[in-house]
Amino acid sequence: MTDQTPALRLEGIVKTFPGVRALDGVSFTVMPGEVHALMGENGAGKSTLMKVLGGIYDPDEGQIFIAEQPAVMTSPIEAKAKGVVFIHQELSLADELSVAENIFLGELPRKSLGRVDWGKLYADTDAILKTLNVGFNAKTRVGDLSIANQQMVEIARALTVDPRAVIFDEPTASLTDAEKVVLFEVISDLQSRGVGVIYISHRMEEIFKITDRISVLRDGQYRGTLNTAETNEEEVTQLMIGRKLDLSRNEATHEMGEVALEVRNLSCGDLFHDVSFTVRRGEVLGFYGLVGAGRTEIAETLFGLRDPSAGQILLDGEEVRITSPQDAIRRGISLVPEDRKGQGLILGMNCRDNMTLPQVDDMTAGPFVSDGAEVAIFDQYRDKLDIRTPGWRQLVGNLSGGNQQKIVIGKWLSMHPEVLIVDEPTRGIDVGSKSEIHNLIRDLASQGYAVIVISSEMPEVLHVSDRIVAMFSGRVMREFTAEEVTEDSLIQAISGLTGSGAQVA
Amino acid sequence: MNSETRGNLIKQGAIWAFIVVELLFFSIAGEYLSVSDKAFMDFDNMLLLLKQSAPIGIIALGMTIIMINGNIDLSVGATFALSAIVLLDSMTWPFMAGLGDWAIPLAWGLALLTGVVLGAINGLIVWKTGVDAFIVTLGSMLGYRGLVFMYNGEQPTSHLNWTLVDFAEAQFLGLHTATWFLLVAALLLWLLMTKTIHGRNAYAIGNNREAAVNAGIRVGPHFLWNFMLIGFLASLSAVVFYSESGSVNPNDGMLYELWAITAVVLGGTKLTGGYGSIVSTLGGVIAIQLLRKGLGHIGADTETVNLVIGLILIAVLFLDRQLNRKGKEELKI
Amino acid sequence: MAELTKKGIGGFIARHGILVAFVLFMVGFALANPRFIAIENISGVIRSSAIIGVMALGVTFVVIGGNLDLSVGSMMSFSTIVVLDLHDKLGPTLAIPAMFAMTLALGAFIGFLVGYLKLNSLIVTLGMLSAIHGLTLTYSGGKNMDIDDKQGTWFSIFGQGNVAGIPVPILMFALLAVVLTLLLSKTPFGRKVYAVGGNGTAATFSGIPRARVVFMTYMISAFCVATAGLIQASRSLGSQNTVGQGLELEVLAAVILGGASLLGGSGTVFKTVIGVLILGFIQNGLLLMGLAFYAQYVVTWVIIILAVWLDIAAKRGRLWSPIA
Repeated sequence: MTDQTPALRLEGIVKTFPGVRALDGVSFTVMPGEVHALMGENGAGKSTLMKVLGGIYDPDEGQIFIAEQPAVMTSPIEAKAKGVVFIHQELSLADELSVAENIFLGELPRKSLGRVDWGKLYADTDAILKTLNVGFNAKTRVGDLSIANQQMVEIARALTVDPRAVIFDEPTASLTDAEKVVLFEVISDLQSRGVGVIYISHRMEEIFKITDRISVLRDGQYRGTLNTAETNEEEVTQLMIGRKLDLSRNEATHEMGEVALEVRNLSCGDLFHDVSFTVRRGEVLGFYGLVGAGRTEIAETLFGLRDPSAGQILLDGEEVRITSPQDAIRRGISLVPEDRKGQGLILGMNCRDNMTLPQVDDMTAGPFVSDGAEVAIFDQYRDKLDIRTPGWRQLVGNLSGGNQQKIVIGKWLSMHPEVLIVDEPTRGIDVGSKSEIHNLIRDLASQGYAVIVISSEMPEVLHVSDRIVAMFSGRVMREFTAEEVTEDSLIQAISGLTGSGAQVA
Repeated sequence: MNSETRGNLIKQGAIWAFIVVELLFFSIAGEYLSVSDKAFMDFDNMLLLLKQSAPIGIIALGMTIIMINGNIDLSVGATFALSAIVLLDSMTWPFMAGLGDWAIPLAWGLALLTGVVLGAINGLIVWKTGVDAFIVTLGSMLGYRGLVFMYNGEQPTSHLNWTLVDFAEAQFLGLHTATWFLLVAALLLWLLMTKTIHGRNAYAIGNNREAAVNAGIRVGPHFLWNFMLIGFLASLSAVVFYSESGSVNPNDGMLYELWAITAVVLGGTKLTGGYGSIVSTLGGVIAIQLLRKGLGHIGADTETVNLVIGLILIAVLFLDRQLNRKGKEELKI
Repeated sequence: MAELTKKGIGGFIARHGILVAFVLFMVGFALANPRFIAIENISGVIRSSAIIGVMALGVTFVVIGGNLDLSVGSMMSFSTIVVLDLHDKLGPTLAIPAMFAMTLALGAFIGFLVGYLKLNSLIVTLGMLSAIHGLTLTYSGGKNMDIDDKQGTWFSIFGQGNVAGIPVPILMFALLAVVLTLLLSKTPFGRKVYAVGGNGTAATFSGIPRARVVFMTYMISAFCVATAGLIQASRSLGSQNTVGQGLELEVLAAVILGGASLLGGSGTVFKTVIGVLILGFIQNGLLLMGLAFYAQYVVTWVIIILAVWLDIAAKRGRLWSPIA
């Protein structure tokens, strides 16, 4: 591999935005036939780098070489023509159109009078689909395919040119294990054809399973490349965050109170079945599992956004029926949702109004909203949660992810809930704010709140939880205490490996 | 066949099933209630129905394409009126008089050119300013109507050319001229949307604009072409209608945009773009016209037609939503 | 880039462009014809804008809540016809509340469809435009509606009366504008309207009853339409079935001109009033310059496009759209 010409080489790439040096002299080489992981925390510059590579941004300095030929990328189309193809995290397919039309989107074969040459289109498509060994055909409507198969369409699209480098951006985010296996086969097939693969992911297991080398970015700077076979997770993590991450287990330091919330045999359609658990005051209960395991849906059911099809919910020992979010809030259940920008905040509204939104009805002087009472609440929780904003008039959309999340948390804390559910507390939040939020969650528990944390990040769950519920495919597989849990047993439980009947309640 | 494909088939067939129900209902109800002795499904009656569908129908075909593309055009009624004025007025110009019957194609050409230019103005504004098509065409609906009034004040513009009237009233193979225009336009546009690269790209743009842009499809020119096309069709509709009537009021064509959109939505085209078909729109147009005639046939007040059409539109929307529901599992937001 | 445009004079124009345009128009027209700024003229303009204005106030709520209302024109025809009809049947004292109740019932129906059933507001109100038009025609039997005794009724006060020298339509418009400004900018309900329009999902996740809020915006719109119908009926004491036809789009134009985004979550009552006045004064100014009334259509067209264009240009930091 070493004496070949690199498939792709980036040399000293610099990209600045007003006030930010997003990329600071990044160099990076991908050899043909290797799978090269690109890692870094959110905000480290990965996506900026990929946008430079894809021709969406012009670099201020530096040079891109394809097979050692200098290349200037001005658009994604040009990048593709030069053999650099992206498989995006968010699929960019037109789901009303056929597989074939999507694969050749923008380059449909042309006959006279601007007609589509359907014969050639289907023949070319079939040829590509054959190499991918997929179970659908060229005429299938893309909207009828599973997510995994849609991803295959994206990959097929990459193969319409003779690619030199294919970039996968978090490709497994919504795939099942079986689907992942297929994806990895395709990647190794690309590898054997001599294509250089750039693999962007946060998932260490995958990185160590399929990549040859790992390059790490931090704060827009290149931090080094490691041979996967010669390194370990700890070394990579340290390179990514510049210090050792506090991966320590949670050690309960305070008394637990009464059971605040109990769920018995709760089911909701096909989403989750027969789920039972309890949370005490002063306790953090972690929910760990893959995306699609049903964790978020349980939270939504507890928050009155879904109707359970069976089972009971008990608050302080009394059975309740929660019919709407207003109902849930009134009973003291709060939810910090997983999609902060889509579900948690109104980005065009200021910080104060976002924070006081659920209780705006109670903050009145006469018929009008009392400005003073609102500002008082905002100030109190800004100080308490250390929210950094120039003032309450700032639009929430202008804050950093960490501060946005604190606004959402403050929104609920100011209501003094009994049970606080936090779904993916640190998604898209930089490393510094991450541990702040973790500490905050621990702190809340010690103040006597019953907290449920849903997370897809194992270190996070291990770090904050007193107990952990492992879910797989809509079912609780096992429940662990902080003392007994091991990473291996947790991974086995969420992969469904403990056997279907092995539910420990 | 999975459930989603079946759902699509149901949707595409729904408008034709609705037409059959209408025909049956009005035929049977007509036996008891009809004010005339003629059967509802009388052949001449049906031919007339097609002819009367043509003006809105031709516009609705264009609206289908605009909506598949992810836009909307509220200015077609005004474009219709302005083209009609150009058509009729141009035939009175002195030099046109010297051309004899050759004035007709020239007047047609001028009228159609008017539509294309007005459409191009909309398209260019949408493309170049990035302002939403709803707002752009809401503005030009007012603006173009202003031009209509400026042309001839509040006076009607009239000119009858008997050659033209004969042509418009002619029947070929039993179908009226206007019907032929509707059917041929539908056929050509169906070919355009299903067989050509422009048509497929229009679907892609409406379906997922970002994906289309990333795939190198130039969105702007497609917008421009489609707005020119609907402008052309609005003036074609005017040409067909006013060749026969010979007189245009400055308020003519008002609310045509809303009727056209109603027909398109009844035909199942999605407001959000990317989904819809020319053939289904044709069904929507015929369904509305059937309803108008049918209600008249069974002696209902013509006034109730608007009421019924409005409620049916809402009912269709409701049914479409129910069809797409995921049942009890759905998130309650 | 986008930051830069927010500062200095350019930024002021970008943010308050519509006010700047308004002042420029007023000054321009005043220089062209001093009669333009005579008190009687100004009062006349506002009076004739009152009907559009009152409806625009209600539609502002609907639009900020993230929806559209295309039915206000035909709903206004309905209110006008109904109140005129009931005037002779029940007497004005009962006719007015009865008409308000019937109009609010229509608003409630739309609010139910859009709020609770979550149907697309453009199509629902398009359908209701047609349905209410049909309802009006059915109600009136297609005939014009006239009050028998046009001299002897106090009903004319809403359209023709004066209180303290100020025409009643202006007073009603102003009063409604003030009340609705307070409602929108100062009360919890107003806050919820912005929240629901800004991000309906997040509002739901914050425990805001989205359906009820949307429902209420249509009730407010219907109330405003009924008020407009009252003014219209009282002014003319007789009416065609189509008196409000086409007004829905003029109303929407005024709201958009005022800067409310069709996406929801932004706009104010005050800005809508400015939008209404701009339309009214342009029409009047052009008339005073000797142009026919329809010249305003063309000018309105240009102004709407320019206003919205400059607004989004300021937001994206470049004049021309990035559409390829």
